Order: sequence, then C-alpha cells, then structure tokens
Amino acid sequence: MDLAFTAEEQKFADEVRAFVKANLPADVRDKVKNGKHLGRDDYMRWQQALGKKGWLVYTWPKKYGGPGFTPAQRYIFENVCAEEYAPGIIPFGTKMVGPVIYTFGSEEQKQKYLPAIRESTVWWCQGYSEPGSGSDLASLRTKAEKQGDHYIVNGSKTWNTMGHWADWIFCLVRTDSKAKPQEGISFLLIDMKTPGITVKPIIMADGGHEVNEVFFDNVKVPVANLVGKENEGWTCAKFLLANERLGIAAVPQSKRGVEALKDIARAEQDNGKPLIENPGFAEKIADLEIQVTALEFTELRVLSQMAQGGQPGPEVSGLKIRGSEIQQRITELTMEAVGEYAAPYLPGLLWHGSNEEPVGPEYAHLAAPRYFNTRKTTIYGGSNEIQKGIISKMVLGL
Amino acid sequence: MDLSLSDEQKQLQDAAERFVRDKYAFENRRKIAATEKGWLPENWAQMAELGWLGMSFKEEDGGYGGGPIETMIVMEQFGKGLVLEPFLPTVVLGGGMIAAVGSAAQKEALLAPMIEGKKQFAFAWLERQSRYNLADVSLKATKEGSGWSLSGHKGVVYNAASADQIIVLARTAGSAREEKGLTLFVVDGNAKGLSRRDYPTQDSLRASELTFDKVSVGADAVLGTVDGAFPVAEDAVDRAIVALCAEATGCMDAVNAATLEYIKTRKQFGVPIGKFQVLQHRMVDCFTNAQEARSMTLMASLKIEDKDPVVRHKAASGAKVQIGKSGKFCGQSAVQMHGGMGVTDELSVSHYFKRLTMIDLMFGTQQHHLTRYSNLAMAA
Ligand SMILES: Cc1cc2nc3c(=O)[nH]c(=O)nc-3n(C[C@H](O)[C@H](O)[C@H](O)COP(=O)(O)OP(=O)(O)OC[C@H]3O[C@@H](n4cnc5c(N)ncnc54)[C@H](O)[C@@H]3O)c2cc1C
Ligand SMILES: Cc1cc2nc3c(=O)[nH]c(=O)nc-3n(C[C@H](O)[C@H](O)[C@H](O)COP(=O)(O)OP(=O)(O)OC[C@H]3O[C@@H](n4cnc5c(N)ncnc54)[C@H](O)[C@@H]3O)c2cc1C
Repeated sequence: MDLAFTAEEQKFADEVRAFVKANLPADVRDKVKNGKHLGRDDYMRWQQALGKKGWLVYTWPKKYGGPGFTPAQRYIFENVCAEEYAPGIIPFGTKMVGPVIYTFGSEEQKQKYLPAIRESTVWWCQGYSEPGSGSDLASLRTKAEKQGDHYIVNGSKTWNTMGHWADWIFCLVRTDSKAKPQEGISFLLIDMKTPGITVKPIIMADGGHEVNEVFFDNVKVPVANLVGKENEGWTCAKFLLANERLGIAAVPQSKRGVEALKDIARAEQDNGKPLIENPGFAEKIADLEIQVTALEFTELRVLSQMAQGGQPGPEVSGLKIRGSEIQQRITELTMEAVGEYAAPYLPGLLWHGSNEEPVGPEYAHLAAPRYFNTRKTTIYGGSNEIQKGIISKMVLGL
Repeated sequence: MDLSLSDEQKQLQDAAERFVRDKYAFENRRKIAATEKGWLPENWAQMAELGWLGMSFKEEDGGYGGGPIETMIVMEQFGKGLVLEPFLPTVVLGGGMIAAVGSAAQKEALLAPMIEGKKQFAFAWLERQSRYNLADVSLKATKEGSGWSLSGHKGVVYNAASADQIIVLARTAGSAREEKGLTLFVVDGNAKGLSRRDYPTQDSLRASELTFDKVSVGADAVLGTVDGAFPVAEDAVDRAIVALCAEATGCMDAVNAATLEYIKTRKQFGVPIGKFQVLQHRMVDCFTNAQEARSMTLMASLKIEDKDPVVRHKAASGAKVQIGKSGKFCGQSAVQMHGGMGVTDELSVSHYFKRLTMIDLMFGTQQHHLTRYSNLAMAA
C-alpha cells in the first residue's frame, strides 16, 4: 500500500493538467469557477475536446474505445479536471447508456451508438421515472406494444434531466403487463425527434429549468432499438443504477466546493475580520473537510476493489448517501457565509446571462439558489431512504 | 400564570386566520408576488381597518394597547400564508422604534398615519461588511448647519421601494463597530441624493440597495438621541426577531401539514409512503421541532418587554436559535419527503422552505445567536 503517486502516475497527472489547460475553453472554465450555469454548447465543447483525446469515456475498457485507465489514473483524471474547473461530464451517454449498450447491446447497436457517445456528438437523456413511479421504479407504466418491426410507445416520463437538450432518450418501458412488475420491462432507445414526443419544462425551486416531463403519444420505435432481450430490461436498469450511484458521490467536485467555500469565508467580513477566523464557522468548515476526506477514502477503497475485477457492489450506495449529503452541506455553509446578501434573487443574471451588476459580490446571489437546488441530490438516483433500504437488505441482511 | 389567549386575542387569531384563508390561497400569493409592489394595497388597507397596524402600540400613542402577544398571533398566521405585506419592516421595526424613542411630533407625523395604513417604513441597518453586527456601521452623518448630511451605503433593505420613510442607522461619532456614536435618522423615501437598486428576494419579498450621496435632513429627522441609537436598534431588532419566530412557527405548521397530507396520499410500492417507518419518525421529529419552536416563540414574546436587557436579548437569541434549527429541519424534511415534487416551484412546499431558510439568515443565523446567547448566559 502506498498513497504517493508513482513517477508514472505523476507524469500522467501532468499530462492531464496540460491537456485541460490547453483545451478547456476559457469562458467555460470561467463559468465553472464562478459557479454559473452552463448551456448545452458549453458542455459539448468541452466533451468534444475530451472525445478527440479519447478521454471522454474514461471509465470504459479499451475494447470499446475507452482509455482503459487504472483506478489511480481514473482518480487523477477526475481530480485534475475538477481542480482545473472543467465542467462535470454529463453521465447519461458516457456513464449510463454507453456501458449498457456495450454490455447488453448487439454488435450493430455498438457500431451505431458508441462512437457518438465517445465523441459527444449526441446528447442522451434518461427516461426512467414516471409520475406514479419514482422510488418504486418497477411499477412503471409507459407501454410499448409490438406491431411488426416497431414498438408503439404510449405514456409519460418525468424528472427528465436536460431532456430539452437531448437528441436521444433511453427508456424503460412495459412490454408485458401480465408478468411480475420487474419481468415485463424492456430497455428502449428512442430518437427524441420521433413524431409523438412532447417535452414540457418543470420549473425548479430555484427558478431554473433543468428537468422536464416527456409525453409519448403513439411513438413508433424500431424493434432494432431494443437493448438486450424483451422483458429483460430490468437487468440493464439495475446495472445502470449501480453505475449512476458511483458517479453521484462527486468527491472531486466536493473538494473543489470546500476550497471555494474557504475563499468565500476569507472574503466575507465578520466583526472586522475575515469570517474564516470566526472559530465557530471555521470548525464547521473543518468538520466538512473531514467528511469529504472520509468519503474520498471510501471511494478509493471501492475503486481499488473494482481494480481487482468486479462490478461496484451495494457498498456504492453508501457513497451516494454521504456524497449527496456532503454536497448539500457545502451549499448550506456557503449560503451561511454569505449571510443576508444571499437574499437578492437576480433571475436575469442567474438564468439569462444578463450583464446586470450583481448585488454584493458575484458569488452571493448564487448561494441560496444552489442550496435550494442541491436538495435534489438526496432525492434523485434513488433517494437516500431507498439507498439505506438497499444497504440494510443487501449488506446487513435485514 | 396563565398561558391561554384572552377572548379578544382569540378573535384576533380567528380574524388573521380568515384573512390568510381568503387572500392567500397559494396561487393567489403567486399573483400578489408578481405585482409591481409585491404586495396589495387593498390588503394593507384591510389590515389597517382590522386594527392590526396599531394593535401593539400604547393607547397614548394612538394604538390599541396590545403588545408582543398580539404581534405573535398575527405573524404566525402570516407565516401560514406566506403573507407578503410589509408588516415587519413597517409596524414591528419602523413603528416600534418610533413608539420607543420618537418625539411627540414624530409620533403624530409618522406613527398615527402608519396605524391608519397611510405610511410605510423600512429599516436600513445592514452594510456590506456588517454581517450581523448592528454596530458595524460606516454610513456617515455629518453636521450640516442645523441639520445633517448622510453619505454611504445600506444593503438588503426590505420594503425600501414602498417605504414613505426609511429609518437609517448612521455613524455620527466613534470608530467602526463602536456601539457609541450611532444615530437613527428618518429619511424620506424620495429624498434628494438617495438612490435605490430594487430587487426581489429568494422568498418573493422586495428589498433594495441604497446609496446615500449627501442626503440632507433637518435636526428633527433624528429619532431618539444623537450617538445613542445602538440600544434602540438592538431592541428593535430583538422584537423583529421574535415576530419572525412567530412567522416561522406558522410556516412550520403549514409545511408540516402539507407534508403529512402528502405522505398519507402519495403511494409507492402499493402503499402510502407514510407507512414507511423512516418517514413516520421523520414526520414525528418535524412535529416535535415545530412544538419546540412554538414554545420558544411564546417564551420570547412573553419576555421581550422585560425590564432587564439581558433577559430580552437572551429571549430573542434563544428563540432565534430554536427557529433556525427547527425551521431547517422541517423545511429540509418536507422537501425530502415530497421527493422530486419537493424541489419544484409548483408546490407550496419549496416556498415555505425558502422562507424558513431566509428567516434563519435574517438578523443573525442560528450560529450567530448561539454565540450571542452563550456570551449573555455565561456572563450572568
Ligand atoms: C432534479 C432531479 C432530476 C432527476 N433526473 C432524472 C432523470 O434524468 N431521469 C429519470 O428517470 N429520473 C430522474 N429523476 C427522478 C428521481 O429518480 C426520482 O425523483 C426519485 O427516484 C424519487 O422518486 P419520486 O420523486 O417519485 O419520490 P417518491 O418515490 O414519491 O418518494 C417520496 C419520499 O418517500 C420516500 N420513500 C419512497 N419509498 C420509500 C420506502 N420504501 N422506504 C422509505 N422511504 C421511501 C422517498 O425517499 C422520498 O423521501 C430526477 C429527480 C430530480 C429531483
Ligand atoms: C432502566 C430501565 C427501567 C425499567 N423499568 C421498568 C419497570 O419499572 N417496569 C417494567 O415493566 N418495565 C421496565 N423496563 C422495561 C422497559 O419498558 C423495556 O425495556 C422497554 O419496553 C423495551 O423493551 P425491551 O428492553 O424488551 O427492548 P425491545 O422491545 O426488544 O427493543 C429493542 C430495540 O428495538 C426497538 N424496537 C422494538 N420494536 C420496534 C418497532 N416496532 N419499531 C421500531 N423499533 C422497535 C426498540 O426501540 C429498541 O431500540 C425498564 C427498562 C429499563 C432499561
């Protein structure tokens, strides 16, 4: 066991840093650094740069066009990208549907879909949840009926993240309504431009538009778009959820968040001194940093297990729980650091890229919306209550 | 000892409840928030008519002889409806300070019309650097003939755009953060040299940044004594804190009720999600938190006019700590138990959550008041 990087790993870290510095567009870096919201094009420019280098799908094996990183390289890559203010990679193609396709898909599907995911020329979104099926995903009702060489899809999905930017959606649909809930589900790839699909925005508590309802009205989907076998989509779904939960821990982003919080606490005044010198507040930051460290080393242990071969197991649920709580805590303390100046709500600046002056420092108006928005992390990707249920059942045998 | 409401107080509670029911259905509130002022003149007129704007003031000041309990009763109902009319800045803060230290002439010119619903106020105390230290004031007032000239900046001043008069905490002597040397001035909202940047707040109220560029006022604009404003402002803020605590109690009751209803009706896995014990226990903790918040609010409302300043300050800070803690727990839990619906703008839940969050940040967070309380309690 050795915590220090080898000379080779150090070289790799330098290479990643040099790449990010040379290829991350300055305006995108600036937005990430200042906590501003990114547009579709901002993500795409960065992801396409990574795609050209072969690093966008950094978790994929070489066989499917990934770089085949070791766990140490993966860790280095994620951390250096975060330290250099690269935006998070959108997971829907790279971490969700891509691995499902190379694990369960046909040869033609691999040929057709994987290159566009590796190069980020297609934007994917996730169509799992429905109004009546959130935590109880297996109760989903969106129906796909086979007619010749097509499925006819009817129903609705919801909480569809960035669906308004998406070219394709991967969906769980019901293909057998008589079977047990988990046994009648199939995994379908659907072109968002297909007639009969309507996308309707859902406005979040912070005033932003990031999720949608998606309605399917007699949408014709080629049978060739079925991944895996009909009625065996639940296997894909579970495989994907385990991957999703790993990404959700967001340790490098949280490390960056703690540093940003310290910067704010240095800039904010409290009785004529920097807030960071207030012992009560400084201890809160220290406590947070310890939580992040514990999470980081837990994730490192999981990665090292995975390096010995094998998929992430139920212990991944613990990462999601703590990772999401830590993300929330960062936003909570950041807002507390800003104090009364968190109150101004400036939708123009926040959402529409207007060039109005912020009220107080630039970071102030972002603090409360971010806190409100980040409540989502303990809800999505399987709520934390559901994660705890999984651990108590799968790990503790309760 | 008797902690029950009098018949009159019960009537007041009923009337406030009715007001909220009639005027503040959630979709109605959304419409009110979107109006130019962000509150409704007809609602304000009704509050005046019902006597709410004057109820907490002494009869010799033109009021109806009530006190903090009356304020608590209406503020709690306002919290349930997330009421937007500027009762806190106008009546509790502005009216409170004028009643406490205003001259007879000031009471006649300002307090009497306020009680009739014809004048509104704002209290400008915060500056960019001050955080929660009321004495961290650098806006300067210098002698100019028989009057004063004010220059500097004030931030996040609630209701400044609607206020006929703004009460400004200014430095007339001493150095930064010195408690001595502060003076309150009554400045017309449209005074020459006063400019505003108005904006909505996260919780749909209105506030402004104010810049004072040699704003001239007469000697009669001084409220209370020159250089002696600190304790006046401190008491006013403590009273505002207690009123906010009552509002927060109302918010918690409403958001708990909405969440309870939701977990009884939302079904997953074939049963109402309220059947899951983790949610049951969390819901119980929400109710316990709201009970503690209510108790501390009542305690503070009963002690906020005590003769001993330490008792008053401890009461306000103690209640604010409790409200910060309980409000956060109830707000976060309500969102979590609503799942995805909790983070949308569509349901009222996120709006209660936002208001509770902002209440914690106003006049000092839980942490700030814990420090203040501990300094007061350990010294005694
Ligand atoms: C911002 C955001 C983005 C999202 N993006 C996507 C997306 O791109 N694609 C997609 O398919 N979905 C997405 N989701 C949906 C997300 O996966 C669901 O919100 C989540 O699974 C919870 O479902 P629900 O909202 O219906 O809540 P519910 O399932 O109704 O849960 C409500 C509450 O009950 C609790 N609960 C439910 N069952 C149990 C139980 N058995 N034991 C204990 N407690 C329980 C929950 O933990 C929660 O607190 C997103 C959600 C959000 C908020
Ligand atoms: C100091 C002491 C003095 C006592 N004095 C008396 C006395 O004078 N007379 C008398 O008759 N008894 C007395 N008791 C007994 C006491 O009432 C029991 O200990 C108590 O009811 C719990 O029962 P148990 O110890 O069998 O624990 P269990 O019932 O076995 O409980 C073990 C754990 O499981 C939890 N649990 C159990 N059921 C549920 C559920 N449905 N949902 C969630 N969690 C659950 C409990 O909360 C506990 O944490 C005393 C106990 C103590 C410790």
